[in-house]
Amino acid sequence: MTPETETELSEAVRDAAGPLAVVAGGTRAHGATGAPLSVAGLNGVRLYEPGALTLVVGAGTPLAEVEATLAEEGQRLAFEPPDMRRLLAKVADSGTGDPTIGGVVATNASGPRRIQTGACRDHLLGVRFVDGSGTIIKNGGRVMKNVTGYDLVKLLCGSHGTLGVLSEVALKVLPAADAMAVVRIEGLSVSDAVSAMSQALGSPWDVTGAAHLPGEAPQTLIRVEGSAASVAERGGKLAALLGQGAEVDVDPDPEIWADVRDATVFAGGSEDVWRVSVKPSDAPEVVRRVPASKLLLDWGGGLIWAGVAPGSDVRGMLGDVAGHATLVRAESATRTRLGTFHPEATPLAAISEGLRSKFDPRGILNRGVMG
Amino acid sequence: MDMPAPDAAIMARKAEVVARLQSVLPDGAVIHDPQETRAYECDGLVAYKCPPMAAVLPASTDEVSAVLKVCHEMGVPVVPRGSGTSLAGGALPTADSVILGVARLNAVLETDYDNRVIRVQSGRTNLSVSGTVEEQGFFYAPDPSSQLACAIAGNIAMNSGGAHCLKYGVTTNNLLGVTMVLMDGTVVEVGGAHLDAPGLDLLGVICGSEGQLGVVTEATLRILAKPEGARPVLIGFDSDEVAGACVSDIIKAGVLPVAIEFMDRPCIRATDDFSGAGYPDCEALLIVEVEGSEAEIAEQLGVITGIARQHNPVELRESGSDEESARIWLGRKAAFGAMGQINDYMCLDGTIPVSALPLVLRRIGELSKEYGLDVANVFHAGDGNMHPLILYDANKDGDLQTCEALGEEILKLCVEVGGCLTGEHGVGIEKRELMRVQYSDDDLEAQMSVKDVFDPAWLLNPAKVFPLTSSSARRDAA
Repeated sequence: MTPETETELSEAVRDAAGPLAVVAGGTRAHGATGAPLSVAGLNGVRLYEPGALTLVVGAGTPLAEVEATLAEEGQRLAFEPPDMRRLLAKVADSGTGDPTIGGVVATNASGPRRIQTGACRDHLLGVRFVDGSGTIIKNGGRVMKNVTGYDLVKLLCGSHGTLGVLSEVALKVLPAADAMAVVRIEGLSVSDAVSAMSQALGSPWDVTGAAHLPGEAPQTLIRVEGSAASVAERGGKLAALLGQGAEVDVDPDPEIWADVRDATVFAGGSEDVWRVSVKPSDAPEVVRRVPASKLLLDWGGGLIWAGVAPGSDVRGMLGDVAGHATLVRAESATRTRLGTFHPEATPLAAISEGLRSKFDPRGILNRGVMG
Repeated sequence: MDMPAPDAAIMARKAEVVARLQSVLPDGAVIHDPQETRAYECDGLVAYKCPPMAAVLPASTDEVSAVLKVCHEMGVPVVPRGSGTSLAGGALPTADSVILGVARLNAVLETDYDNRVIRVQSGRTNLSVSGTVEEQGFFYAPDPSSQLACAIAGNIAMNSGGAHCLKYGVTTNNLLGVTMVLMDGTVVEVGGAHLDAPGLDLLGVICGSEGQLGVVTEATLRILAKPEGARPVLIGFDSDEVAGACVSDIIKAGVLPVAIEFMDRPCIRATDDFSGAGYPDCEALLIVEVEGSEAEIAEQLGVITGIARQHNPVELRESGSDEESARIWLGRKAAFGAMGQINDYMCLDGTIPVSALPLVLRRIGELSKEYGLDVANVFHAGDGNMHPLILYDANKDGDLQTCEALGEEILKLCVEVGGCLTGEHGVGIEKRELMRVQYSDDDLEAQMSVKDVFDPAWLLNPAKVFPLTSSSARRDAA
């Protein structure tokens, strides 16, 4: 089913005889069984006010269309949504299609700039969605400050289609930067890299990316953005602060950040890929505990992408480290055995289950995707 | 503003409730003498008052849990209270309720500069969080006007904002984790020092839930490195419309100031008389502040003043020193105090799309004439969060009612142009009945169903946020 309007979407859900598998661009298979329900027909820019930094679009709008619209006005989605196609290319039913804004919102997909400007959830101003009974619900709006009632906007963001099917989203957009500089340090250990990134992120110089690429020739990358004069100034100050042979590149290849964002180091590989979220200072301990063949650290060390032998249980290896691990790429048998998401503590799991059964009493929306 | 009639059966058991609360708390932590409970009869919305049956001041998460267990077992409504600075009546008690004050939960639990987080007990004041990390060159970004007094617990309950949201966001964007006690006494940990949630974003819905889902006792907050410097520029215009257009042009130009504050003529006059800030005699005034190094500040101010000049300002005052910066901010920071000196006032909090600014200001002017009450406007223009101040005389019969009616009209106007009822103060009791202007019954039902999950008995702050007729079935069933 590919409804063309919100009303049709509502009817499709209301009249569903069984489980529904919600799809938009279909770039990542979520494993839900059920009749496919596509939001691809709910697309297009509904409102764009550059002077108010707000954009309202149908959930099925291709991300590329959103980004092109914003670029015309020198603006962007500041949370830097990743494109998982290269990473997922070898996984059944994934890695094709065009990413949509609805898919980005449903997965709270956020890139390197998350450490400075926030995640997708921090830029989502409003949602319209259809719950599991077919009821159309709106929450939030299109203004930046809004505390009117409960914030279901955040609840829907990252709910992977289990609480409702998004039909329209309103986003805060930001000016794109004129220039970027990258401070690069080579040869650091994971532990020294995390220290350097923490030092950079604790400086007043507005770091918008802090990643570490371990391996034979480890590289630590610190990004600043703004006007050309400003990034040169801040890049220089950061290099001086960090020492250890740090060099400033005022004309870096923007693709290096796309590679970090999309974790392309894992593209084409056969290892399982996990995403581990911890406080940055715990990253070295995670790296010690997880025997990874490939690693990528983003968010100053707070996000660890780990490539491990197929079937490995990274979650079990974390032990008492506070945080959580999400399975991004694996055979479906592994996914079935280990689950995509980290189990929640008992009282929280009960609350999450309670919310899912309120919003989707029949349990038909993306059943089993989250819990 | 109506509140539900208190439950006589609960009030009849006051002695028993007090005794059980005393049995789980240390001496002096249960306040039940009617002379003393009056201290908790209202919050910052002083027009409405009602002393609670009792107030408790627990000093630990375990004590909060014990209190909630008792109240849950006995079916007693609980109204959580931070510092009581809510302008929306969020902490207004009912006569059958127990106030749970978090004032004694004020410790700093951990400062972690490497990971840029601080963990505090929730009764700690907003400003003292920044104060704790200031010497190390850090600060906590959300800065509501009441920051000297307001508690982090209240900030989380209302998802408080402040003047610098355009760059730094509001509470929800700076909150990483909480320890929260559910109404049945269960203690839950949500989030932590890491950045994202493992499952549903429960933290996102807890923040801003006005104390209706649980009592937050501890919070992990993001702290940021202080910018190298900040400097404001003051720009005066001969019309609101031109000032509004200038705001929009500044944002479109790609500079992102940390604050864009707007004051209209009534507000400029009153604050200038009160503070002696030396503001120009004009229709509208903007204070735009930017941050960074000296060179970055100069560059950004260059762009901003360039745009402002295209709008023919009647005054353009760049700060050349810290004293001049302070002088530019002086009147703005004194605005509420100044208005309070000339009149009683009600402060509204609707948000509008920035593009609707000229229309909304014109309509507010017309409505002000129609209702015969003056309205002064002072607000965060960058994010569209308006604070119209309606001036009235509390001693004059009917004036409060006229003021409330005018306030309703203004808030309806905010929703009509694509905005919302409240940008940072919360719904409380003040905007409760207006929720239907913004939300359908289905929308409200979805929100209330969240409370059903966290607090099935509807005992936590039950008579707030939702129109009383919408929530009555749930409250009565409890």
